[in-house]
Amino acid sequence: MKTSILAIAATMLATGALAEPVAPSAVSFNDGAVATSLSGQPGDATRGREIVGTKSLGNCVSCHAITEMSDVPWHGEVGPTLDGVADRWDEAQLRGIVANAKMTYDGTIMPAFYKVSGFTRPGDGYTGKAAKEISPVLDAQQIEDVVAYLMTLKEE
Amino acid sequence: MFKASQKLAIAALALGALVSAPAAWADEEADLIINGEKMDIRVEAPEGHPLDEILSGWIFRTDETQALETDDFDNPSFIFVEQAQEAWSTVEGEAGKSCESCHGDVAESMKGVRAAMPKYNEQAKDLWSLENYINSCRTERMQAKPWKWAKADMDAMVALIGLQSRGMPMSVKVDGPAAEYFKKGEEIYYTRFGQLELSCANCHEDNYGNMIRADHLSQGQINGFPTYRLKNTKLNSIHARFKGCIRDTRAETFSPGSEEFRALELYVAWRGQGLSIETPSVRQ
Ligand code: HEC
Ligand code: HEC
Ligand code: HEC
Repeated sequence: MKTSILAIAATMLATGALAEPVAPSAVSFNDGAVATSLSGQPGDATRGREIVGTKSLGNCVSCHAITEMSDVPWHGEVGPTLDGVADRWDEAQLRGIVANAKMTYDGTIMPAFYKVSGFTRPGDGYTGKAAKEISPVLDAQQIEDVVAYLMTLKEE
Repeated sequence: MFKASQKLAIAALALGALVSAPAAWADEEADLIINGEKMDIRVEAPEGHPLDEILSGWIFRTDETQALETDDFDNPSFIFVEQAQEAWSTVEGEAGKSCESCHGDVAESMKGVRAAMPKYNEQAKDLWSLENYINSCRTERMQAKPWKWAKADMDAMVALIGLQSRGMPMSVKVDGPAAEYFKKGEEIYYTRFGQLELSCANCHEDNYGNMIRADHLSQGQINGFPTYRLKNTKLNSIHARFKGCIRDTRAETFSPGSEEFRALELYVAWRGQGLSIETPSVRQ
Protein backbone atom coordinates (compact mmCIF):
# COMPACT_ATOMS: atom_id res chain seq x y z
CA MET A 1 0.00 0.00 0.00
CA LYS A 2 2.65 2.45 1.14
CA THR A 3 4.85 1.70 -1.81
CA SER A 4 2.10 2.24 -4.33
CA ILE A 5 1.30 5.69 -2.94
CA LEU A 6 4.95 6.56 -3.14
CA ALA A 7 5.06 5.22 -6.67
CA ILE A 8 2.09 7.37 -7.66
CA ALA A 9 3.64 10.40 -6.01
CA ALA A 10 6.89 9.73 -7.83
CA THR A 11 5.09 9.47 -11.16
CA MET A 12 3.24 12.68 -10.51
CA LEU A 13 6.52 14.39 -9.61
CA ALA A 14 8.18 13.07 -12.71
CA THR A 15 5.38 14.21 -14.96
CA GLY A 16 5.34 17.57 -13.26
CA ALA A 17 1.77 17.25 -12.00
CA LEU A 18 2.83 18.50 -8.54
CA ALA A 19 5.67 20.60 -9.77
CA GLU A 20 4.15 24.06 -9.66
CA PRO A 21 7.01 26.23 -8.34
CA VAL A 22 6.26 28.58 -5.47
CA ALA A 23 6.65 32.17 -6.68
CA PRO A 24 9.34 34.21 -4.89
CA SER A 25 6.69 36.51 -3.41
CA ALA A 26 4.66 33.56 -2.12
CA VAL A 27 7.37 31.76 -0.15
CA SER A 28 6.34 31.32 3.46
CA PHE A 29 9.10 31.63 6.02
CA ASN A 30 8.69 30.21 9.48
CA ASP A 31 11.43 31.53 11.75
CA GLY A 32 13.56 31.84 8.64
CA ALA A 33 12.87 28.26 7.52
CA VAL A 34 10.95 27.12 4.43
CA ALA A 35 9.33 23.74 4.99
CA THR A 36 8.68 22.40 1.49
CA SER A 37 10.46 22.25 -1.84
CA LEU A 38 10.10 25.48 -3.81
CA SER A 39 9.95 23.63 -7.11
CA GLY A 40 7.85 20.76 -5.87
CA GLN A 41 10.75 18.49 -6.86
CA PRO A 42 13.67 17.13 -4.91
CA GLY A 43 17.04 18.76 -5.46
CA ASP A 44 20.03 17.30 -7.26
CA ALA A 45 23.20 17.64 -5.18
CA THR A 46 25.55 17.31 -8.17
CA ARG A 47 23.91 20.21 -9.96
CA GLY A 48 23.81 22.08 -6.67
CA ARG A 49 27.57 21.69 -6.27
CA GLU A 50 28.03 23.23 -9.70
CA ILE A 51 25.80 26.19 -8.85
CA VAL A 52 27.60 26.84 -5.56
CA GLY A 53 31.01 26.91 -7.24
CA THR A 54 30.16 28.81 -10.43
CA LYS A 55 30.59 32.56 -10.56
CA SER A 56 27.70 33.23 -12.92
CA LEU A 57 25.29 31.08 -10.86
CA GLY A 58 25.27 30.97 -7.06
CA ASN A 59 28.86 32.13 -6.65
CA CYS A 60 28.62 31.05 -3.02
CA VAL A 61 32.35 30.32 -2.78
CA SER A 62 33.13 33.96 -3.38
CA CYS A 63 32.05 34.44 0.24
CA HIS A 64 32.25 30.93 1.74
CA ALA A 65 35.09 28.43 1.91
CA ILE A 66 34.18 24.75 1.49
CA THR A 67 36.97 22.22 2.02
CA GLU A 68 35.22 19.59 -0.07
CA MET A 69 35.22 21.98 -3.06
CA SER A 70 38.92 22.66 -3.15
CA ASP A 71 39.01 21.78 -6.87
CA VAL A 72 37.36 25.18 -7.38
CA PRO A 73 39.98 27.89 -6.78
CA TRP A 74 39.58 31.03 -4.68
CA HIS A 75 37.19 30.68 -1.79
CA GLY A 76 36.19 33.83 0.02
CA GLU A 77 36.01 34.60 3.72
CA VAL A 78 33.20 37.12 3.97
CA GLY A 79 30.88 34.41 5.34
CA PRO A 80 31.62 31.36 7.54
CA THR A 81 32.94 28.12 6.06
CA LEU A 82 30.12 25.83 4.97
CA ASP A 83 31.92 22.71 6.17
CA GLY A 84 29.50 20.70 8.32
CA VAL A 85 26.66 23.13 7.61
CA ALA A 86 24.11 20.29 7.51
CA ASP A 87 25.00 19.45 11.12
CA ARG A 88 24.09 22.98 12.14
CA TRP A 89 20.86 23.46 10.16
CA ASP A 90 18.11 21.18 8.89
CA GLU A 91 16.88 21.13 5.31
CA ALA A 92 14.03 23.62 5.85
CA GLN A 93 16.37 26.07 7.55
CA LEU A 94 18.95 25.77 4.79
CA ARG A 95 16.25 26.34 2.17
CA GLY A 96 15.24 29.50 4.02
CA ILE A 97 18.84 30.74 4.25
CA VAL A 98 19.50 30.20 0.55
CA ALA A 99 16.13 31.65 -0.55
CA ASN A 100 16.42 34.76 1.64
CA ALA A 101 19.08 34.76 4.35
CA LYS A 102 17.72 38.05 5.66
CA MET A 103 14.84 36.12 7.21
CA THR A 104 17.36 34.21 9.35
CA TYR A 105 20.03 36.87 9.85
CA ASP A 106 18.61 40.37 10.06
CA GLY A 107 20.49 42.70 7.74
CA THR A 108 23.03 40.08 6.63
CA ILE A 109 25.46 40.78 3.80
CA MET A 110 24.44 37.50 2.18
CA PRO A 111 22.26 38.22 -0.86
CA ALA A 112 18.73 36.83 -1.16
CA PHE A 113 18.72 34.32 -4.01
CA TYR A 114 14.96 33.88 -4.36
CA LYS A 115 13.54 37.36 -4.15
CA VAL A 116 12.28 39.76 -6.83
CA SER A 117 11.22 42.96 -5.13
CA GLY A 118 12.31 45.58 -2.62
CA PHE A 119 15.61 46.40 -4.36
CA THR A 120 17.27 49.80 -4.81
CA ARG A 121 18.15 50.43 -8.48
CA PRO A 122 18.05 46.79 -9.57
CA GLY A 123 20.10 46.13 -12.68
CA ASP A 124 19.67 44.03 -15.79
CA GLY A 125 22.05 41.29 -14.66
CA TYR A 126 25.60 42.63 -14.59
CA THR A 127 25.17 45.11 -17.45
CA GLY A 128 24.88 48.17 -15.19
CA LYS A 129 21.65 49.10 -16.98
CA ALA A 130 18.23 49.27 -15.34
CA ALA A 131 16.39 45.97 -14.94
CA LYS A 132 13.56 45.36 -17.35
CA GLU A 133 12.03 42.56 -15.40
CA ILE A 134 13.51 40.95 -12.34
CA SER A 135 13.88 37.23 -12.02
CA PRO A 136 15.44 35.71 -8.91
CA VAL A 137 19.22 35.12 -8.97
CA LEU A 138 18.48 31.38 -8.78
CA ASP A 139 15.25 29.70 -9.87
CA ALA A 140 13.21 27.39 -7.64
CA GLN A 141 14.87 24.20 -8.86
CA GLN A 142 18.35 25.70 -8.53
CA ILE A 143 17.57 26.61 -4.90
CA GLU A 144 16.53 22.99 -4.31
CA ASP A 145 19.71 21.72 -5.98
CA VAL A 146 21.85 23.97 -3.77
CA VAL A 147 19.99 22.83 -0.65
CA ALA A 148 20.52 19.18 -1.67
CA TYR A 149 24.24 19.85 -2.00
CA LEU A 150 24.42 21.68 1.34
CA MET A 151 22.72 18.65 2.97
CA THR A 152 25.77 16.59 1.95
CA LEU A 153 28.10 18.85 3.93
CA LYS A 154 28.22 16.83 7.15
CA GLU A 155 31.12 16.33 9.46
CA GLU A 156 29.56 14.31 12.29
CA MET B 1 47.10 44.82 11.22
CA PHE B 2 47.06 41.72 13.37
CA LYS B 3 43.42 41.27 12.50
CA ALA B 4 43.90 41.12 8.75
CA SER B 5 46.97 38.93 8.77
CA GLN B 6 45.28 36.54 11.14
CA LYS B 7 42.33 36.27 8.78
CA LEU B 8 44.70 35.59 5.94
CA ALA B 9 46.34 32.83 7.88
CA ILE B 10 42.93 31.28 8.47
CA ALA B 11 42.11 31.64 4.80
CA ALA B 12 45.33 29.92 3.88
CA LEU B 13 44.41 27.03 6.15
CA ALA B 14 40.89 26.86 4.83
CA LEU B 15 42.01 26.90 1.24
CA GLY B 16 44.55 24.23 1.97
CA ALA B 17 47.26 22.98 -0.25
CA LEU B 18 44.87 21.86 -2.96
CA VAL B 19 44.33 25.29 -4.40
CA SER B 20 47.15 26.05 -6.75
CA ALA B 21 49.55 28.39 -5.04
CA PRO B 22 47.93 31.82 -4.91
CA ALA B 23 49.98 34.90 -5.63
CA ALA B 24 52.14 35.97 -2.72
CA TRP B 25 50.19 38.33 -0.50
CA ALA B 26 52.44 41.07 0.58
CA ASP B 27 53.84 41.70 4.00
CA GLU B 28 51.13 43.91 5.46
CA GLU B 29 53.63 45.87 7.51
CA ALA B 30 55.66 46.94 4.49
CA ASP B 31 56.19 50.62 3.76
CA LEU B 32 55.50 52.18 0.41
CA ILE B 33 58.48 54.09 -0.88
CA ILE B 34 58.15 55.57 -4.35
CA ASN B 35 61.40 56.73 -5.98
CA GLY B 36 62.88 56.96 -2.49
CA GLU B 37 60.01 59.00 -1.04
CA LYS B 38 57.98 57.44 1.78
CA MET B 39 54.20 57.58 1.44
CA ASP B 40 51.76 57.70 4.35
CA ILE B 41 49.72 54.56 3.75
CA ARG B 42 48.45 54.01 7.31
CA VAL B 43 46.85 56.95 9.02
CA GLU B 44 45.13 57.11 12.37
CA ALA B 45 41.48 58.00 11.86
CA PRO B 46 40.19 61.21 13.39
CA GLU B 47 37.41 61.16 16.00
CA GLY B 48 34.04 60.24 14.54
CA HIS B 49 35.54 58.52 11.48
CA PRO B 50 33.90 55.20 10.56
CA LEU B 51 37.27 53.39 10.33
CA ASP B 52 39.80 52.78 13.11
CA GLU B 53 42.73 53.11 10.80
CA ILE B 54 42.82 54.53 7.29
CA LEU B 55 44.70 52.22 4.93
CA SER B 56 45.87 52.62 1.36
CA GLY B 57 44.71 50.01 -1.14
CA TRP B 58 48.38 49.33 -1.92
CA ILE B 59 48.66 47.37 1.35
CA PHE B 60 46.19 44.76 0.12
CA ARG B 61 47.89 43.92 -3.17
CA THR B 62 50.37 41.15 -3.94
CA ASP B 63 54.12 41.58 -3.71
CA GLU B 64 54.37 41.71 -7.49
CA THR B 65 51.68 44.35 -7.95
CA GLN B 66 53.05 46.38 -5.06
CA ALA B 67 56.53 46.43 -6.54
CA LEU B 68 55.30 48.00 -9.79
CA GLU B 69 54.29 51.14 -7.93
CA THR B 70 57.58 51.75 -6.16
CA ASP B 71 59.55 52.95 -9.17
CA ASP B 72 58.25 55.14 -11.98
CA PHE B 73 60.32 53.21 -14.51
CA ASP B 74 58.38 50.04 -13.65
CA ASN B 75 55.01 51.76 -13.35
CA PRO B 76 53.10 51.23 -16.62
CA SER B 77 51.00 54.37 -15.97
CA PHE B 78 53.87 56.54 -17.06
CA ILE B 79 53.30 55.87 -20.73
CA PHE B 80 49.99 57.70 -20.30
CA VAL B 81 51.47 60.40 -18.11
CA GLU B 82 53.96 61.15 -20.87
CA GLN B 83 51.16 61.40 -23.41
CA ALA B 84 49.40 63.89 -21.15
CA GLN B 85 52.60 65.87 -20.75
CA GLU B 86 52.61 66.23 -24.51
CA ALA B 87 48.93 67.22 -24.57
CA TRP B 88 49.69 69.82 -21.88
CA SER B 89 51.88 71.71 -24.31
CA THR B 90 49.77 71.14 -27.43
CA VAL B 91 47.73 74.03 -28.78
CA GLU B 92 44.10 73.06 -29.35
CA GLY B 93 40.85 74.91 -30.00
CA GLU B 94 39.81 78.28 -31.45
CA ALA B 95 41.62 80.34 -28.83
CA GLY B 96 44.95 78.96 -30.01
CA LYS B 97 46.14 78.01 -26.56
CA SER B 98 47.56 75.03 -24.75
CA CYS B 99 47.29 74.31 -21.04
CA GLU B 100 50.87 75.45 -20.82
CA SER B 101 50.08 78.85 -22.37
CA CYS B 102 48.28 79.81 -19.20
CA HIS B 103 49.48 77.39 -16.54
CA GLY B 104 53.16 77.14 -17.44
CA ASP B 105 55.05 74.27 -15.85
CA VAL B 106 52.56 71.65 -14.70
CA ALA B 107 54.85 70.67 -11.82
CA GLU B 108 54.46 74.11 -10.30
CA SER B 109 50.99 75.26 -11.27
CA MET B 110 49.25 71.96 -10.49
CA LYS B 111 51.03 71.09 -7.24
CA GLY B 112 48.48 70.27 -4.54
CA VAL B 113 45.48 70.57 -6.84
CA ARG B 114 44.53 66.88 -6.68
CA ALA B 115 44.67 66.73 -2.89
CA ALA B 116 41.74 69.14 -2.54
CA MET B 117 39.49 67.61 -5.21
CA PRO B 118 36.60 67.44 -5.55
CA LYS B 119 35.74 70.94 -4.31
CA TYR B 120 32.89 73.37 -4.41
CA ASN B 121 33.12 75.83 -7.26
CA GLU B 122 31.63 79.17 -6.30
CA GLN B 123 31.03 80.32 -9.85
CA ALA B 124 29.39 77.14 -11.06
CA LYS B 125 27.62 76.71 -7.72
CA ASP B 126 28.36 73.02 -7.90
CA LEU B 127 30.81 70.44 -6.62
CA TRP B 128 33.52 69.97 -9.23
CA SER B 129 35.89 67.07 -9.73
CA LEU B 130 39.26 67.55 -11.41
CA GLU B 131 37.64 66.52 -14.70
CA ASN B 132 35.17 69.40 -14.49
CA TYR B 133 38.01 71.89 -14.12
CA ILE B 134 39.92 70.44 -17.03
CA ASN B 135 36.87 70.48 -19.29
CA SER B 136 35.90 74.00 -18.31
CA CYS B 137 39.37 75.20 -19.33
CA ARG B 138 39.08 73.30 -22.58
CA THR B 139 35.66 74.60 -23.54
CA GLU B 140 35.64 78.14 -22.05
CA ARG B 141 39.29 79.12 -22.21
CA MET B 142 40.63 77.15 -25.17
CA GLN B 143 37.40 76.80 -27.13
CA ALA B 144 38.28 73.18 -27.66
CA LYS B 145 36.02 70.16 -27.37
CA PRO B 146 35.50 68.73 -23.91
CA TRP B 147 37.03 65.36 -23.16
CA LYS B 148 34.77 62.46 -22.22
CA TRP B 149 34.92 61.35 -18.61
CA ALA B 150 36.61 58.03 -17.93
CA LYS B 151 38.24 57.98 -21.37
CA ALA B 152 41.91 57.87 -22.25
CA ASP B 153 42.68 61.60 -22.87
CA MET B 154 40.95 62.70 -19.74
CA ASP B 155 42.31 59.93 -17.50
CA ALA B 156 45.86 60.64 -18.65
CA MET B 157 45.55 64.38 -17.91
CA VAL B 158 44.04 63.62 -14.50
CA ALA B 159 47.01 61.35 -13.84
CA LEU B 160 49.53 64.00 -14.89
CA ILE B 161 47.90 66.62 -12.67
CA GLY B 162 47.47 64.13 -9.79
CA LEU B 163 51.13 63.18 -9.97
CA GLN B 164 52.06 66.76 -9.03
CA SER B 165 50.48 66.13 -5.61
CA ARG B 166 52.18 62.81 -4.99
CA GLY B 167 53.18 62.41 -1.36
CA MET B 168 50.84 65.19 -0.23
CA PRO B 169 47.98 64.29 2.13
CA MET B 170 44.42 64.00 0.87
CA SER B 171 42.58 66.97 2.34
CA VAL B 172 39.16 67.75 0.94
CA LYS B 173 36.86 70.38 2.35
CA VAL B 174 33.53 68.95 3.46
CA ASP B 175 31.94 71.87 5.30
CA GLY B 176 30.23 74.99 4.00
CA PRO B 177 28.60 74.54 0.60
CA ALA B 178 30.28 71.11 0.22
CA ALA B 179 28.35 69.75 3.21
CA GLU B 180 25.23 68.79 1.29
CA TYR B 181 27.28 66.85 -1.28
CA PHE B 182 29.14 65.14 1.54
CA LYS B 183 25.87 64.05 3.10
CA LYS B 184 24.56 62.77 -0.19
CA GLY B 185 27.79 60.87 -0.82
CA GLU B 186 27.61 59.29 2.60
CA GLU B 187 24.06 58.19 1.96
CA ILE B 188 25.08 56.55 -1.32
CA TYR B 189 28.00 54.83 0.42
CA TYR B 190 25.67 53.07 2.83
CA THR B 191 22.89 52.26 0.35
CA ARG B 192 22.52 48.57 -0.42
CA PHE B 193 22.24 48.68 -4.19
CA GLY B 194 21.07 46.16 -6.72
CA GLN B 195 19.70 42.69 -6.63
CA LEU B 196 22.58 41.58 -4.42
CA GLU B 197 21.76 44.39 -1.97
CA LEU B 198 25.34 45.34 -1.20
CA SER B 199 26.60 48.74 -0.12
CA CYS B 200 30.11 50.08 -0.50
CA ALA B 201 30.39 49.72 3.28
CA ASN B 202 29.43 46.03 3.19
CA CYS B 203 32.59 45.28 1.24
CA HIS B 204 35.02 48.12 2.04
CA GLU B 205 34.17 48.83 5.69
CA ASP B 206 32.84 45.55 7.08
CA ASN B 207 35.12 43.24 5.12
CA TYR B 208 38.39 44.90 4.22
CA GLY B 209 41.22 42.46 4.75
CA ASN B 210 38.92 39.57 3.77
CA MET B 211 39.02 37.67 0.52
CA ILE B 212 35.99 37.88 -1.77
CA ARG B 213 36.70 35.13 -4.23
CA ALA B 214 40.14 35.99 -5.72
CA ASP B 215 40.07 39.60 -4.54
CA HIS B 216 41.63 40.86 -1.36
CA LEU B 217 39.23 43.56 -0.19
CA SER B 218 40.70 46.96 0.59
CA GLN B 219 39.00 50.00 2.09
CA GLY B 220 38.20 51.24 -1.43
CA GLN B 221 40.31 54.40 -1.05
CA ILE B 222 40.85 56.79 -3.96
CA ASN B 223 44.25 58.27 -3.08
CA GLY B 224 45.96 56.42 -5.95
CA PHE B 225 43.67 57.33 -8.85
CA PRO B 226 43.75 57.11 -11.75
CA THR B 227 44.93 53.58 -11.33
CA TYR B 228 46.69 51.45 -13.91
CA ARG B 229 45.03 48.04 -13.78
CA LEU B 230 46.87 44.96 -14.93
CA LYS B 231 43.45 43.55 -15.76
CA ASN B 232 42.68 46.04 -18.54
CA THR B 233 46.16 47.54 -19.09
CA LYS B 234 44.99 51.14 -18.98
CA LEU B 235 44.29 53.95 -16.57
CA ASN B 236 41.02 53.70 -14.68
CA SER B 237 39.28 56.73 -13.25
CA ILE B 238 37.61 57.05 -9.88
CA HIS B 239 34.15 57.15 -11.38
CA ALA B 240 34.82 54.16 -13.64
CA ARG B 241 35.76 52.18 -10.53
CA PHE B 242 32.62 53.30 -8.71
CA LYS B 243 30.61 52.27 -11.74
CA GLY B 244 32.21 48.81 -11.83
CA CYS B 245 31.65 48.23 -8.13
CA ILE B 246 27.96 49.18 -8.33
CA ARG B 247 27.45 47.14 -11.50
CA ASP B 248 28.81 44.11 -9.66
CA THR B 249 25.95 44.29 -7.19
CA ARG B 250 23.57 43.69 -10.11
CA ALA B 251 22.45 47.29 -9.94
CA GLU B 252 21.76 50.11 -12.35
CA THR B 253 24.85 52.28 -12.00
CA PHE B 254 25.30 56.04 -12.14
CA SER B 255 27.31 57.67 -14.92
CA PRO B 256 30.85 59.01 -14.64
CA GLY B 257 30.57 62.74 -13.98
CA SER B 258 27.06 62.47 -12.52
CA GLU B 259 26.18 64.47 -9.44
CA GLU B 260 25.83 61.22 -7.51
CA PHE B 261 29.37 60.10 -8.33
CA ARG B 262 30.88 63.54 -7.62
CA ALA B 263 29.15 63.52 -4.22
CA LEU B 264 30.34 59.96 -3.60
CA GLU B 265 33.85 60.96 -4.65
CA LEU B 266 33.88 63.74 -2.05
CA TYR B 267 32.70 61.40 0.67
CA VAL B 268 35.18 58.64 -0.24
CA ALA B 269 38.00 61.20 -0.46
CA TRP B 270 37.13 62.25 3.09
CA ARG B 271 37.31 58.64 4.25
CA GLY B 272 40.92 58.71 3.08
CA GLN B 273 41.91 62.07 4.59
CA GLY B 274 45.59 62.10 5.43
CA LEU B 275 46.66 59.29 3.08
CA SER B 276 49.41 60.33 0.69
CA ILE B 277 48.37 60.86 -2.89
CA GLU B 278 49.92 57.89 -4.76
CA THR B 279 48.80 58.84 -8.26
CA PRO B 280 49.26 57.02 -10.55
CA SER B 281 48.90 53.73 -8.64
CA VAL B 282 49.04 50.16 -9.92
CA ARG B 283 46.39 47.59 -9.09
CA GLN B 284 45.46 44.09 -10.22
C1 HEC C 1 28.30 38.37 -0.30
C2 HEC C 1 28.69 37.23 0.50
C3 HEC C 1 27.84 35.97 0.52
C4 HEC C 1 27.44 35.23 -0.56
C5 HEC C 1 27.64 35.53 -2.05
C6 HEC C 1 26.79 34.06 -0.01
N1 HEC C 1 26.79 34.11 1.35
FE1 HEC C 1 26.06 32.69 2.62
N2 HEC C 1 26.54 33.83 4.22
C7 HEC C 1 27.23 35.04 4.15
C8 HEC C 1 27.41 35.55 5.49
C9 HEC C 1 28.13 36.83 5.88
C10 HEC C 1 26.82 34.59 6.37
C11 HEC C 1 26.72 34.65 7.87
C12 HEC C 1 25.40 35.24 8.26
C13 HEC C 1 25.56 36.53 8.98
O1 HEC C 1 26.04 36.51 10.11
O2 HEC C 1 25.27 37.59 8.38
C14 HEC C 1 26.30 33.53 5.53
C15 HEC C 1 25.66 32.38 6.02
C16 HEC C 1 25.35 31.29 5.26
C17 HEC C 1 24.88 30.02 5.76
C18 HEC C 1 24.76 29.63 7.22
C19 HEC C 1 26.16 29.16 7.59
C20 HEC C 1 26.34 28.55 8.96
O3 HEC C 1 27.32 27.88 9.10
O4 HEC C 1 25.55 28.77 9.86
C21 HEC C 1 24.66 29.22 4.68
C22 HEC C 1 24.18 27.79 4.69
C23 HEC C 1 24.99 29.98 3.51
N3 HEC C 1 25.41 31.23 3.89
C24 HEC C 1 24.90 29.49 2.22
C25 HEC C 1 25.17 30.23 1.08
C26 HEC C 1 24.94 29.74 -0.25
C27 HEC C 1 24.44 28.37 -0.60
C28 HEC C 1 25.29 30.75 -1.10
C29 HEC C 1 25.20 30.77 -2.63
C30 HEC C 1 23.91 30.43 -3.19
C31 HEC C 1 25.76 31.86 -0.29
N4 HEC C 1 25.66 31.50 1.03
C32 HEC C 1 26.24 33.05 -0.78
C33 HEC C 1 27.67 35.67 3.02
C34 HEC C 1 27.43 35.26 1.72
C1 HEC D 1 43.40 80.70 -21.30
C2 HEC D 1 44.09 80.24 -20.13
C3 HEC D 1 43.91 78.80 -19.71
C4 HEC D 1 44.10 77.69 -20.46
C5 HEC D 1 44.47 77.57 -21.91
C6 HEC D 1 43.90 76.57 -19.57
N1 HEC D 1 43.57 77.01 -18.32
FE1 HEC D 1 43.21 75.92 -16.70
N2 HEC D 1 42.73 77.54 -15.65
C7 HEC D 1 42.84 78.84 -16.11
C8 HEC D 1 42.36 79.76 -15.09
C9 HEC D 1 42.31 81.26 -15.20
C10 HEC D 1 41.96 78.94 -14.01
C11 HEC D 1 41.37 79.39 -12.70
C12 HEC D 1 42.49 79.61 -11.77
C13 HEC D 1 41.98 79.88 -10.39
O1 HEC D 1 40.79 80.07 -10.21
O2 HEC D 1 42.80 79.84 -9.48
C14 HEC D 1 42.23 77.57 -14.40
C15 HEC D 1 42.02 76.49 -13.56
C16 HEC D 1 42.41 75.19 -13.87
C17 HEC D 1 42.34 74.09 -12.93
C18 HEC D 1 41.84 74.15 -11.50
C19 HEC D 1 42.98 74.50 -10.60
C20 HEC D 1 42.56 74.66 -9.18
O3 HEC D 1 43.44 74.79 -8.33
O4 HEC D 1 41.37 74.67 -8.89
C21 HEC D 1 42.82 73.00 -13.59
C22 HEC D 1 42.94 71.59 -13.03
C23 HEC D 1 43.17 73.44 -14.93
N3 HEC D 1 42.90 74.77 -15.05
C24 HEC D 1 43.68 72.60 -15.89
C25 HEC D 1 43.88 72.99 -17.22
C26 HEC D 1 44.25 72.07 -18.27
C27 HEC D 1 44.49 70.57 -18.10
C28 HEC D 1 44.31 72.81 -19.40
C29 HEC D 1 44.59 72.31 -20.79
C30 HEC D 1 43.70 71.23 -21.27
C31 HEC D 1 44.01 74.19 -19.04
N4 HEC D 1 43.75 74.26 -17.72
C32 HEC D 1 44.01 75.25 -19.93
C33 HEC D 1 43.32 79.24 -17.33
C34 HEC D 1 43.59 78.38 -18.37
C1 HEC E 1 30.80 43.07 -3.55
C2 HEC E 1 31.84 43.83 -2.93
C3 HEC E 1 32.05 45.28 -3.33
C4 HEC E 1 31.17 46.31 -3.23
C5 HEC E 1 29.72 46.27 -2.79
C6 HEC E 1 31.89 47.49 -3.63
N1 HEC E 1 33.16 47.16 -3.98
FE1 HEC E 1 34.66 48.46 -4.43
N2 HEC E 1 35.90 46.90 -4.76
C7 HEC E 1 35.59 45.57 -4.60
C8 HEC E 1 36.72 44.77 -4.94
C9 HEC E 1 36.78 43.25 -4.90
C10 HEC E 1 37.76 45.65 -5.31
C11 HEC E 1 39.19 45.30 -5.74
C12 HEC E 1 39.99 44.98 -4.51
C13 HEC E 1 40.00 46.10 -3.52
O1 HEC E 1 40.76 47.07 -3.68
O2 HEC E 1 39.17 46.06 -2.57
C14 HEC E 1 37.21 46.99 -5.17
C15 HEC E 1 37.93 48.16 -5.40
C16 HEC E 1 37.47 49.43 -5.16
C17 HEC E 1 38.25 50.63 -5.29
C18 HEC E 1 39.71 50.71 -5.72
C19 HEC E 1 40.61 50.74 -4.52
C20 HEC E 1 42.07 50.89 -4.87
O3 HEC E 1 42.88 50.93 -3.94
O4 HEC E 1 42.42 50.96 -6.05
C21 HEC E 1 37.44 51.67 -4.96
C22 HEC E 1 37.80 53.14 -4.95
C23 HEC E 1 36.14 51.10 -4.64
N3 HEC E 1 36.19 49.74 -4.76
C24 HEC E 1 35.04 51.86 -4.25
C25 HEC E 1 33.78 51.32 -4.04
C26 HEC E 1 32.60 52.13 -3.79
C27 HEC E 1 32.59 53.64 -3.67
C28 HEC E 1 31.57 51.26 -3.66
C29 HEC E 1 30.10 51.60 -3.49
C30 HEC E 1 29.51 52.33 -4.58
C31 HEC E 1 32.10 49.92 -3.79
N4 HEC E 1 33.43 50.00 -4.04
C32 HEC E 1 31.35 48.76 -3.65
C33 HEC E 1 34.41 45.07 -4.14
C34 HEC E 1 33.29 45.81 -3.83
